[in-house]
Amino acid sequence: MTDLIERFFAGERRALSRILTRVENGTPEGRSYLRQLYPSSGRAHTVGVTGSAGSGKSSLTGALAAELRKRGHQVGIIAVDPSSPFTQGAILGDRIRMQDLVLDPGVFVRSMASRGALGGLAPTIDDVVAVMDAFGFPYVFIETVGAGQDEVEIAGTALTTVLVNNPGTGDDIQALKAGIIEIADVLVVNKADRPGADVLVSQLRALLSLAPSEGREVPILSTVATTGDGVSDLVDAIDEHREWLDKSGELDRHRQQEARHQILSVAQRILLERVRRETPEESLSELITQVAGRALDPHTAAEQLVERGGLV
Amino acid sequence: MTASSETSTQGEAGQKIRVLIAKPGLDGHDRGAKIVARALRDGGCEVIYTGIRQTPQMIAEAALQEDVDVVGLSILSGAHLELFPRIVEELTSRGLDDVILFCGGIIPEEDTEALEAMGFSAIFRPGTNTQEIVSFVYDNAHSE
Repeated sequence: MTDLIERFFAGERRALSRILTRVENGTPEGRSYLRQLYPSSGRAHTVGVTGSAGSGKSSLTGALAAELRKRGHQVGIIAVDPSSPFTQGAILGDRIRMQDLVLDPGVFVRSMASRGALGGLAPTIDDVVAVMDAFGFPYVFIETVGAGQDEVEIAGTALTTVLVNNPGTGDDIQALKAGIIEIADVLVVNKADRPGADVLVSQLRALLSLAPSEGREVPILSTVATTGDGVSDLVDAIDEHREWLDKSGELDRHRQQEARHQILSVAQRILLERVRRETPEESLSELITQVAGRALDPHTAAEQLVERGGLV
Repeated sequence: MTASSETSTQGEAGQKIRVLIAKPGLDGHDRGAKIVARALRDGGCEVIYTGIRQTPQMIAEAALQEDVDVVGLSILSGAHLELFPRIVEELTSRGLDDVILFCGGIIPEEDTEALEAMGFSAIFRPGTNTQEIVSFVYDNAHSE
């Protein structure tokens, strides 16, 4: 097993797959692999594809990968679907929309369950992206869980965020609200063969014109993922965004911000795990009883937990 | 049952059993496959569902990319003795010889021996309690 990392760097897909599992699970072995391969990451163009459930994220991701294959690029895809909040089980079904790519040796599709993470991604998504990146895929797509209004984590994980919209799913006030629409680097109106597509495009355009542009216009593209219409232009728009990141200095800013976020969130997880490890189950149960019975407020209880864990 | 962030945090560190549920061949009736996928989901597994009309290569390639512990095949067309050996071959050629295999569907009793010889650890026929399938997966999947 020690040569797994060598096989990884030799380009063996089975080694990639096994390392992905260990890194996703956050095992000590996985962390050791991540440490060894991390210096080789940072080269891929990471592209987030987000939008509501059924908006066509998987089909569009598949169509984008097919177009990039035509242009001679290899593509890694990470597709996240939700875990059950009750059983932690999951049905991961995004591959169904990517059947044409399954036997293409230049494409690697990995499904991930959200495992309780909020924000449309999974707890170890950044680590998993780094593995795909280090393997050498020039493009790594990250497809989020069906996202509504507030799942904005993807903008930190990916360099370019593509927000997929559909005609007939709400008026322009929906688009005016804060949240997910603000993180889009590229806006897509998918299922553009359906009625109302032109209206949506002009609504989105009008909306964007209300906001001061930061030296870059957010492009709006129309696609029909199932036929491939508009997909080539979308790839161009994604590439143009990457060029803009490079030229404007935004790339460095993004990387700094993301590194900061990752360090702090891992630190948070380590601290939480330490508190859990140091706290006997009885003292936690005791606090739970007190808070549930309104004898104690949650903040005071949490402070006591941290103090007892010897962390302050 | 309540959804609690505490159990989710535990799930995060825990290692999930990953199962591929696939339908090889040409029959398009995937109700059984979906019921099994759903039961395994409710049993806490991460189930990769590939949909209908999968070739042996597609199934093996998906199993490789998803690094699954278990592959479950659903078949109603009667072509299992044609298709299953080719799936096993494709898995083996990719180094996936340690994957647990099970199958279900319309499979005559007299084929049991042949399927066991191919490496199938269980055959679930119509009328099987789904809990039996969940238990089989938990008993056999090696969590590393």
